[in-house]
Amino acid sequence: MHDLIVIGAGPAGMAAAREAAETGLSVLLLDEQRRAGGQIYRDVDRVAPLRGDLLGRDYTEGLALTRRLDHAAITHVAGAVVWQIETPLRVAYSIDDKAHVAKGRRLLIATGALERPMPLPGWTLPGVMSAGAAQILLKQSGIVAQRAVLAGSGPLLYLVAAQMLRAGTPPLALVETQSRADLARAMRHLPAALRGWRYLAKGMAMLAALKRAGVARHVGATGLAIEGQDRARALRFTAGGKSHRIEADTVLLHHGVVPNTQTARSMGLVHRWNAAQSCFAPTLDDWGRSSDPEVFIAGDGAGIGGARVAALAGQMAALQIAHDLGALSPARRDQAAAPLRRAMARERAARPFIDAAYPPHAPALLPEDDTIVCRCEEVTAGDIRRYAKMGCDGPNQTKAFGRPGMGPCQGRYCGLTVTQLLSEAHGRRPDETGYYRIRPPLKPVTLGEIAALELPKED
Amino acid sequence: MDTDYAIIGGGIVGLSVAWGLLQRGRRVTVIDGDDGAFRASRGNFGLIWVQSKGMKQPRYAAWSQQSAAAWKGFAEELGEASGTDLGLEQKGGYDFHFSEESLAQTVAQYETLKTRLGGNYPYEVLGRNALKQEEPAIGPGVVGAILHHQDGHANPLRLLQALAADVRRLGGRVLTGKTVVDVTKSDGFRLTCDDATALTAEKVVLSAGLGAASLGPKMGFRAPVRPQRGQVLITEKLPPLINRPSLIARQVSEGGIQIGATNEEVGFDDGVSLPGIGGLARQAIEAYPALARVRLLRSWAALRILTPDGLPIYQQSPEMPGAFLVTCHSGVTLAAAHARFLPDWLEGTDTAPQLEVFNEARFS
Amino acid sequence: MKPAFRDLAPGGRRVGVTFDGRALQLPEGQNLAAALLAAGIGRFRDTPVSGAPRGPFCMMGACYDCLVLIDGCTRQACQTEVRDGLVIDTPRGPADA
Repeated sequence: MHDLIVIGAGPAGMAAAREAAETGLSVLLLDEQRRAGGQIYRDVDRVAPLRGDLLGRDYTEGLALTRRLDHAAITHVAGAVVWQIETPLRVAYSIDDKAHVAKGRRLLIATGALERPMPLPGWTLPGVMSAGAAQILLKQSGIVAQRAVLAGSGPLLYLVAAQMLRAGTPPLALVETQSRADLARAMRHLPAALRGWRYLAKGMAMLAALKRAGVARHVGATGLAIEGQDRARALRFTAGGKSHRIEADTVLLHHGVVPNTQTARSMGLVHRWNAAQSCFAPTLDDWGRSSDPEVFIAGDGAGIGGARVAALAGQMAALQIAHDLGALSPARRDQAAAPLRRAMARERAARPFIDAAYPPHAPALLPEDDTIVCRCEEVTAGDIRRYAKMGCDGPNQTKAFGRPGMGPCQGRYCGLTVTQLLSEAHGRRPDETGYYRIRPPLKPVTLGEIAALELPKED
Repeated sequence: MDTDYAIIGGGIVGLSVAWGLLQRGRRVTVIDGDDGAFRASRGNFGLIWVQSKGMKQPRYAAWSQQSAAAWKGFAEELGEASGTDLGLEQKGGYDFHFSEESLAQTVAQYETLKTRLGGNYPYEVLGRNALKQEEPAIGPGVVGAILHHQDGHANPLRLLQALAADVRRLGGRVLTGKTVVDVTKSDGFRLTCDDATALTAEKVVLSAGLGAASLGPKMGFRAPVRPQRGQVLITEKLPPLINRPSLIARQVSEGGIQIGATNEEVGFDDGVSLPGIGGLARQAIEAYPALARVRLLRSWAALRILTPDGLPIYQQSPEMPGAFLVTCHSGVTLAAAHARFLPDWLEGTDTAPQLEVFNEARFS
Repeated sequence: MKPAFRDLAPGGRRVGVTFDGRALQLPEGQNLAAALLAAGIGRFRDTPVSGAPRGPFCMMGACYDCLVLIDGCTRQACQTEVRDGLVIDTPRGPADA
């Protein structure tokens, strides 16, 4: 029995593990990757010496977190794929095709974010990837796309473009979907955002560097579609009143990130629609406690805030968990939390501006009928609209009717789109429409692993 | 009257009955629950199954046989009308045995039933070698199987979708996201929903699954139904591995292997459990060892609607004539009977099927 | 034509694997999806639904589009490291096609 089981060794999970360990709790840190860091600091221990300059300080600062995992009370289990969680807390996971089960007194879900699905015509073709995927390729493997175009909206596009530029392979073009009107609307958040000036300054600097390098930039792009039969050949779009077609081998899509709620959903935890970020987020108290009092959530999985906010939230959750388990008095908890809260407010200051200036690409939230929304089962937006007319009020009924969300990704890349399509069809709010019921396994595991799992005697 | 028939419950049972009534030109309104309702129709195993049913009540075996025999025509007509392939396969199904004793015991029971059915019970016993011919992937622990030629399976989700589409095409009205909370009768029936929707009808069919337990008594039914949990697994899509379905596993038309099912008395808990899926995985691997390296994509649990003796209830309300309770836990097997034969019983025609043995008096 | 992906730091020990029977030398320990992309392979599988071609999309183990068969068992290439002797095959389209 562990005091605390943490799922995910990104910034939130790593920071929480250390904070909890320092209060004397025993921590089991389960992470799917072979090395700590999460997606933001992926493989940072190994890669920082190789490509730290290219990836920048925002990446190498992850070293501070990975180093702090070295603590006697932290058991970091790498390569652990969590596939089922039961209450009373029992976590089933597999390493190298062998299943294990661990018990804990508290659980912290720190499973981070997913890129918001961006269903466009042609987005399932080989050669189309998320911008985050390109960044992972660069970070972890030192591999960079040569004839690539970046499309969508959000600061990650600038970061990926800037890193590609530093790697000597700038993108062919930056095709941005946000408009000047979005920027104008965002201006009312600017005064508050200046507290987080660091984020804004970085964005400006990256844009300036791309401009100097001669990377073509289009804003307010509409009508995006990827051409190709067997693989991506070109990106088509309209911008500035003109049609464009850019031939490319790789098309990198991005229009924001959203909480990865699979694990929390599988436990039936309460979620609410966050209109500002157009996604569902779990309902949590100030410490990150979910609707199940023994389960906490921290980091981007709780709502998008970025790596620094994630680490702070992880520490906050750990303080409250330590208090729950009698390892920390209320006074000491609050004393430790006060500076964390102040830092979080500072780090979050720029977020409303960024959210407003870089909204999701609207046509990719409610795609055209022919566009595939469920990549696994190849279900189109038109199919979902048809099922809505056939009486499907919610996503679990569409699942039964047409299989969206039934493939191996378990709805990770179609869930939000299906909810939004059904909400549109019925004129309801996403909270009323609801979301897929997520069932185990969270990731496909072999029947052999499941069959061989030995459960403690009480079963 | 707003409608001839109000059908409470838009699952496979309610929609099958609705479809049959619409084909006879009756006006039908189906009232269906919301996205989170307990829905056995979304969680079932998809078997069209005869063997092992009605061992103590041959009329139930015969009713299942009648439905299985009607399925082909039903699937063709519904499939064509809705443009949906229902994935029907009726080339027999297995009951696997892991010991000679259990095999012999079951054969003895089947022989008794066969006599009571007048000889209409076409099954054969496959020894290990014969079975291996039919199912090359079968595991060494399976000593033999009973192959029943009236068994088969279909794609239950496509059945649900086809019914939902065709009921609408035939002019049926379907109200979704509503729960009927009260039914009264004066001239005709008056139904009231939780959102205050009201509806008048000549006749009412209560096919609300577990919902019948609370609504039934208001309409003069006992409705002694309880939930029984069944956990089910489905794997990634595979090339053909399993030839015929069994109660342990079947290969669905999309390629996945569906593995079932637990029988658990846990009330209204429709969660899946580690012991539950572990047990199912072990049993499936014993039957088909190659499944050990196949990935489980999803598990789920649904609640069967069980009566005390496991048989369906077909009952007209003694207090409210014109109100009918229709409930069973084999909505897929009986879909054809519910679409083809049950309307005669509801309409009280000369050709109505004999369903007395399924009335509620048996529970008094 | 330039390959779609460039390896910034080629070198290091390479090991032999096969991809659909074709022999490849890939960097040992590297992310398999990345190594295949760098080797010029973009099509990892054909879907079991329609037979459409797919390749890596998310690179973080979430989308399952980089599924390959390794020794007959489906795995996410982006969650697998290159090892000597890997036998990799592409899942090919609908089972009954």
